[in-house]
Amino acid sequence: MPVMSYADAAKLAVAEAMRDDLTVWCVGEDLGRGGVFKQYTGLVEEFGPQRISDAPISEAAIMGAAFGAAMAGTRPIVEMRFADFALCATDELVNQIAKARFMFGGQSRAPMVIRKPMGMWRSSAAQHSQSLESWYTHIPGLVVCCPATPQDNYSMMKAAIACDDPVVYLEHKNIWASEGEVDTNHAVDFGKAALRRSGRHVTLVSWSHTANVCVEAAETLAHQGIEAEVIDLRSLWPWDKAAVFDSVRKTGRLLVAHEAVSVAGFGAEVVATVAQNIPMKALPKRLGSPRGLIAYAPNLEDQMRVTAPMIAKAAQDMMENEPA
Amino acid sequence: MSLSNFDREAGLARLRMMERIRAFEETARSAAIDEELVLGAIHLSIGQEAVATGVIETLRRDDYILSTHRGHGHTLAKGAQADAMMKELLGREGGCCGGKGGSMHIADFGVRMLGANGVVGANITIAAGAAHGIKLLGGDQIVVCFFGDGASNRGPFLEGVNWAGVFNLPILFVCEDNQYSASTLTSDMTSGNIADRARALGLRTTEADGNDVTTLAATAAEITARIRETGTPEFLMAKTYRISGHTYFDPATYRPEGEAERMQATTCPIARQREALVAAGVPSAELDALAKEAHAEMDRALDAARSAPWPADETAFADVQDIGSPLQEAF
Repeated sequence: MPVMSYADAAKLAVAEAMRDDLTVWCVGEDLGRGGVFKQYTGLVEEFGPQRISDAPISEAAIMGAAFGAAMAGTRPIVEMRFADFALCATDELVNQIAKARFMFGGQSRAPMVIRKPMGMWRSSAAQHSQSLESWYTHIPGLVVCCPATPQDNYSMMKAAIACDDPVVYLEHKNIWASEGEVDTNHAVDFGKAALRRSGRHVTLVSWSHTANVCVEAAETLAHQGIEAEVIDLRSLWPWDKAAVFDSVRKTGRLLVAHEAVSVAGFGAEVVATVAQNIPMKALPKRLGSPRGLIAYAPNLEDQMRVTAPMIAKAAQDMMENEPA
Repeated sequence: MSLSNFDREAGLARLRMMERIRAFEETARSAAIDEELVLGAIHLSIGQEAVATGVIETLRRDDYILSTHRGHGHTLAKGAQADAMMKELLGREGGCCGGKGGSMHIADFGVRMLGANGVVGANITIAAGAAHGIKLLGGDQIVVCFFGDGASNRGPFLEGVNWAGVFNLPILFVCEDNQYSASTLTSDMTSGNIADRARALGLRTTEADGNDVTTLAATAAEITARIRETGTPEFLMAKTYRISGHTYFDPATYRPEGEAERMQATTCPIARQREALVAAGVPSAELDALAKEAHAEMDRALDAARSAPWPADETAFADVQDIGSPLQEAF
């Protein structure tokens, strides 16, 4: 199996889909030069500037026009550059794209992939670092996914392009260069979690880059004799309740970790859903960022990070402080 | 002056369409006020019928239009059935959107009417995109995007019109200047003028009397033929007047005393077209019959809608999404 980066895995998926289906095209700022994170490098040479289309700095028009083009019969991949900038196109995504099929009584579809590079990277401050995935899970009509590995960024991009629903596709900026094996025959369905590590003591649920951080935390915990099971949800809507329920039935303990602000983050949804359904040995916990803003200075930025030691410590506490 | 046979037929067809639009909206308004059958807000285009009629008659059936919250006229003119539209306004089964959209989201993809829109100006970028899609797919259709004067003060106006220019797309932007942004005089809230904005964005821009259906149709025919030929976007500023209030229940007391009455007496496009036809020798009885038939059609549409059932409850959960749909029990 070839080894490739997280960025190149998605690029391969896009290129394959564009070869297979002439109606697939990409649109966003700077794509002709490979995109701001080089995740489109080389594509314009193969597919030309109409299908790897540059765009004015007009997020609302990029999103709105791609939607119009989708209704006219194409399958656009929309590049928002930074998830933060996609907020300039919120009406187009939330009021138009997510609702059109329903409002028009099923007459239309919006087969679109909306790529939004998310998350903390390095010294990018408050407008280039956010994790807003929970916002989109709140909007009926949208599929939301957050791949954490090169394999998933390949397989989920393929699934997103093939999907007739609009897919909010959140790639994490901190792992563009991370490498891994990619099996191009491996398909991933939305709503199917990945078991990243098996364990019997505590279930760690996460997604996006924090799923990788959880795997690191689980290695630390293993040295302390705590076997953590790591579930990477991969897609938040739909999310794999069955996999999480099965794991928590086995371990009796649930810790959800994510990079987004803890308050009203998707961890709250996971904890509430599990707590309503599965008796547990310890109080469930969600671990996210404080409800603070992401700063430029590295030490200030670090105050908002959820780290492997923090996850390991929280899991340890759950093991030690069990209610009677 | 006598009309040639073609002009007579064309003139009558335009009057018929305008009478149908007027009758549809008057019927819907009385269904709302007298019978409380239309439950949500409806926005009437009474006084603006010539714009929808004159522009859309120049389109092919496979051309696209996008409309606004004031979209009944555009939808009828593009060829949607009054029956299905009236059912939609009443929220009934058989409505063109299954009762899920109502007046503000009326759409008929069968005649390539890609939707009214509840958000002012939001259709401008979407329409540019529909034209972008046509170009990518190598089609020869064109798109007409209707919006109001108020929409020109929203960001998507700049973004969408610029987009059409940048990508050289086959689209006609039609600004229906009815002079009011809801209850506010648009000129009070607009710096410069709207047609100049389109010119500044590089679009060939034409200004027309939006209440004279004959000249408007001739102007629109030239423009849409040129867009089909060149694939280049253009802009049409159609000056009109909203005789009705913003919504059907808006008494529009913010307007100067007597303005609406005076404008109705002098600019109503239906009255003007009737006068022109009578002056050309068409018997007024023929025109009265045409208006009567339009009202009868809409009465039948209302009767059909009134007796149609509500949509099945479970359709509230359908057509949200395929993946992670609320219909899937697991979610």
